Amino acid sequence: MEGKEQSKKKESWYWNWLIGSVALRVILVYFSNNLNLASRPEISTPLTSLRRLAEGYWLKQSSMSPYAGSMYHGSPLLLSLLGPLTAKRIEGQPDHILCSLVFVIADVVSAMFIRATGRNLQIAYSQSLKFLDLVKLSEKSDILPSGDIAALVYLWNPFTIVACVGLSTSPVENLAIILSLYGACRRIAPLAAFGWVMATHLSLYPVILIIPMILLLGYGPDTPPRKLFLQKKYVEVGDTPSNDRCLQEEAVDQPELPYVFSWRPVIHFLFWTSLWLVYVLVLCGVSVKQYGGLWELFKRTYGFMLTVQDLSPNMGVLWYFFAEVFDFFRNFFLIVFHGNILFMILPLAIRLKHRPFFLAFVYIVISSMLKSYPSVGDSALYLGLLGLFVNELADMKFSFFLFCGYIGVSLLSPVMHNLWIWRGTGNANFYFATAMAYACLQIILVVESVSAMLNHDRKLRKLSATKVLDGKT
Amino acid sequence: MAHLPRRTHSILLILSIQICFSTIFAVFGSVFQEEFSEELLLKPLPDRKVLAHFHFETTAPPLSTSHGRHHHLFPKAIAQLVRKFHVKEMELSFTQGRWNYDRWGGFDPISSSNAKPPGVELWAVFDVPKDQVDASWKNLTHTLSGLFCASINFLESSTTYSAHEWGFHPSSGGLRYGTLPREAVCTENLTPWLKLLPCRDKAGLSALLDRPSIYRGFYHSQRLHLTSSEFHSSGVESGIVLEQALTVVLQHNSHKMSKTFSSETKLQPSWSLSSIFGRKVTGRCVLAKTSNVYLQLERGLVTELENLQKDNMITGPDHVGSGGLKDNPGFELSVRPEKIFNEVNSLHRKSSSVLYEYSIERYSVFEPFDLGLTWKFPVVWSCPQAPLHSSRFLMGSGNQRGTIAISFISTGLEEGFLSANIGEESCKLQADIFQVVPWYIKVYYHTLRVFVDGQPEAITNVVEKMHVSPSEDKVSPGVMELVLKFPCAVKSAALTLEFDKGFLHIDEYPPDANQGFDIPSAVIIFPNFQTSMHYLEDNSSNKSPMLSKFQEKSPVLSYTEVLLVPLTTPDFSMPYNVITITCTVFALYFGSLLNVLRRRVGEEERILKNSASKKAGRLPQLLSRLSAKLRGKEWEPPQSPSTSSSFISSKLILKVLIVAGVAVFWQYYSE
Repeated sequence: MEGKEQSKKKESWYWNWLIGSVALRVILVYFSNNLNLASRPEISTPLTSLRRLAEGYWLKQSSMSPYAGSMYHGSPLLLSLLGPLTAKRIEGQPDHILCSLVFVIADVVSAMFIRATGRNLQIAYSQSLKFLDLVKLSEKSDILPSGDIAALVYLWNPFTIVACVGLSTSPVENLAIILSLYGACRRIAPLAAFGWVMATHLSLYPVILIIPMILLLGYGPDTPPRKLFLQKKYVEVGDTPSNDRCLQEEAVDQPELPYVFSWRPVIHFLFWTSLWLVYVLVLCGVSVKQYGGLWELFKRTYGFMLTVQDLSPNMGVLWYFFAEVFDFFRNFFLIVFHGNILFMILPLAIRLKHRPFFLAFVYIVISSMLKSYPSVGDSALYLGLLGLFVNELADMKFSFFLFCGYIGVSLLSPVMHNLWIWRGTGNANFYFATAMAYACLQIILVVESVSAMLNHDRKLRKLSATKVLDGKT
Repeated sequence: MAHLPRRTHSILLILSIQICFSTIFAVFGSVFQEEFSEELLLKPLPDRKVLAHFHFETTAPPLSTSHGRHHHLFPKAIAQLVRKFHVKEMELSFTQGRWNYDRWGGFDPISSSNAKPPGVELWAVFDVPKDQVDASWKNLTHTLSGLFCASINFLESSTTYSAHEWGFHPSSGGLRYGTLPREAVCTENLTPWLKLLPCRDKAGLSALLDRPSIYRGFYHSQRLHLTSSEFHSSGVESGIVLEQALTVVLQHNSHKMSKTFSSETKLQPSWSLSSIFGRKVTGRCVLAKTSNVYLQLERGLVTELENLQKDNMITGPDHVGSGGLKDNPGFELSVRPEKIFNEVNSLHRKSSSVLYEYSIERYSVFEPFDLGLTWKFPVVWSCPQAPLHSSRFLMGSGNQRGTIAISFISTGLEEGFLSANIGEESCKLQADIFQVVPWYIKVYYHTLRVFVDGQPEAITNVVEKMHVSPSEDKVSPGVMELVLKFPCAVKSAALTLEFDKGFLHIDEYPPDANQGFDIPSAVIIFPNFQTSMHYLEDNSSNKSPMLSKFQEKSPVLSYTEVLLVPLTTPDFSMPYNVITITCTVFALYFGSLLNVLRRRVGEEERILKNSASKKAGRLPQLLSRLSAKLRGKEWEPPQSPSTSSSFISSKLILKVLIVAGVAVFWQYYSE
């Protein structure tokens, strides 16, 4: 009874914070003209800038290709979705208020999906702990409601707020990614397929998420490594006179679940993926038919992403690199840098296949670190997802250092940008230095989180091994 | 008996041959002969300056009727160029200085066809299939570059020229337009230009072109206009017409102060050909068909002078002139004009401009022609203005974004004319804008705002027609063509367009990158206002080419200022640093992540055993204790295997950071 009340209290506490974040966003939207966030290079990249989308919509309205000129590089579907909203003005309201409201809604929906995913993950986590007979561990350290934490981290993260208020389309892209992960977690193949296709269509890099999604659909949500279960089973089989009926029942309940790859949802997922893919391609084809067709579309969107043509400064490291590198090395480095994202896919997938959701998180961090036009919206997504692993990553090193680093970079970056661009007293190296620092922080984050997750699994293994030994003796 | 017929026969034969030849010669000689004419127009300007407009015209007959590829007067280089690249029409201008539309006029043939934007402007119409136009343009730019010792070949790259639809010059699609605002124009461009004249600058009017005095001027623009009808499938064949015009605005720099009159207004400085050019005309170019010097007095000046004359008539009746301004009270000419023309103008009945003609055929080295004008009374007048005075400027600060604004201010001079002309409520003033912006100025065309009399106006109310071809990065410039219709009573209007500044690769910056980049002038055309000056001439057979050029109806046209946009520069000196540092970061990422993934438990324990045997460094221990404290957790000694199994380079990173910190500290304090 008391627990129920407590959970209710917690629930209401969560909703209060959620409403608070929405209110903050709406207030900021009203002052967005004064904040001038839309012109920040950290927020609106050539891919996510709503201003460019408005230009593309204008070109389309004046019966020109939206990709004529090098302004718009986004999806034609997003253009027909958000375009009319950019052109519509309401008297007495700030410009683009409708778009901003769409982004606020996208943020809230994302947060809700993160929360639902978190709950799902937590159930799987506690189940697996129980299965391993490590309930003591969970009781000892009081499992935190990671879903609520992640959702609130996502909503209250300043990066998310500025990305939402600063008129960039990244909330929509994030929503698509979160949708696909949620669908995969709940094993809803159509939803997962839709999310993945949309995310890939909008920003290409989520294409690598197909590996963790297949693993998620096949194995189910994150669990400790398979070896543990095998060991456990072996031990259970070894000592037949069981004294814990409950445990055995549960083991009978879902004996094969954690370590058997089930193909059914995966095949469902692939089927739905191809269906959605065809659907999206047909829609795009129809909307760009008179402007050069799909090939032109791919060249203007994905080609633009992969060849890093726009050298305007952003949070990444590629813009300055390609502004300075000698022309005859350009193609080589393009291949190397994009290869860097791909190189790590396989090792990570092998090592973290028992934790597909964490694998997806790591992929998102890597792609948002190495992508050609990163923005704070990408960071907002992975920082929100990081909250889902509060229990597992409790022992992560350098977390305080990382926290300070993020704050420092997000304060220094506007200052350096101002010095370079507006005052002309600094030069490009100042701003690039903050971008480098930011890249280093992300590297430390990804390395440390992977290391902490592996350590966590080692700890579990050690604990269960000692337990097994205890049981044996 | 036999004698007479034979003689008559031979006489008849000779006669018939003669007639035959004479007719042939008449055909070739009178109709299709290469012709050259030189003319100079002088015009006093209201701001104490003098405009000199040289006009040379060479014509060549069509290829079919001329003597093959041989030319007498016409420059062979130009003829070859026309034939090779199938140029239908072409104009090339080199300009230095800016035409002052306020003071030097904006509504006369000279200002609308000879006032050009600073630097080089080239446009050409080709008579080739559409897919070959670009290739022809590229070849043409290279040829002209060699011909005129200028960097016109920079117009070859597709980022510098544009093909537009209707904004600037009506054409059938074979037109290309390009400008180089930064081009410095000097004597090395003038010399090849003069070489195209049959007498070069050795004789005739072109001998006046003394380089120091020309380049000392306020404005000078040399123009080469080429029309050829060789490739017209239909229409009259007129061959190639090469029109070379040099417009200079000079000031006679006399140090002696002119005496000031009582009424504050200063007397205009008196000038003569020798005082402004430093030379006199020592006879005509013998190859020229006509060689005349004109002195033009503007409408406003004539009105002023007439008023002055009336005053003088009242005060002193001895100045009664029979032929209008023949005995002028305002000024005195050192040479008596041979003819005086009055402008025939139906629109401005009040007054008309006056043209004095001098033929320099009778002057020689011994009796040089030196026209001088001495003012007797101070006169203040103003030049005819375009209906709207246009200017363009940049708004905003910083190197990220900005706004281009084009503002129009009504000159008010044409108001009466307008109301008289149309006199209706729905009176509209049309202005066409043609603007080319380089690709690194990324214009957001959806941000176009129009303000009329300071109030924002809906775009559809003002913009009649709009054609935009947006710029493409490193491929093509952005072109905007607009037709605006303002109400006639408009006092001022403005257009604003927002843009983002682009960031270039270091190789794309010019050597003086911090000077900024130029946006070429926008062209403002008032198609409803035609400039034409028609002078009453006695014999129409011997028409002067310059005056017939003035008679052609052409819309009033003006160029706005060139804008200088500063762009942010990267650090040009450190590509190696950037490459190495970035690659280091990537290597750090790759290496450390792979290290973490690769580690196995057994190996780890071995390492731990090894490290346990050694004594752990004090500093890392201290730091980890500190970090644990900051995290608010109980510090565990790093010996426990669960926590210290992190990747090994974390300690290394810490050490590196500490060393770097010490270095920075040392650097800071040693200064």
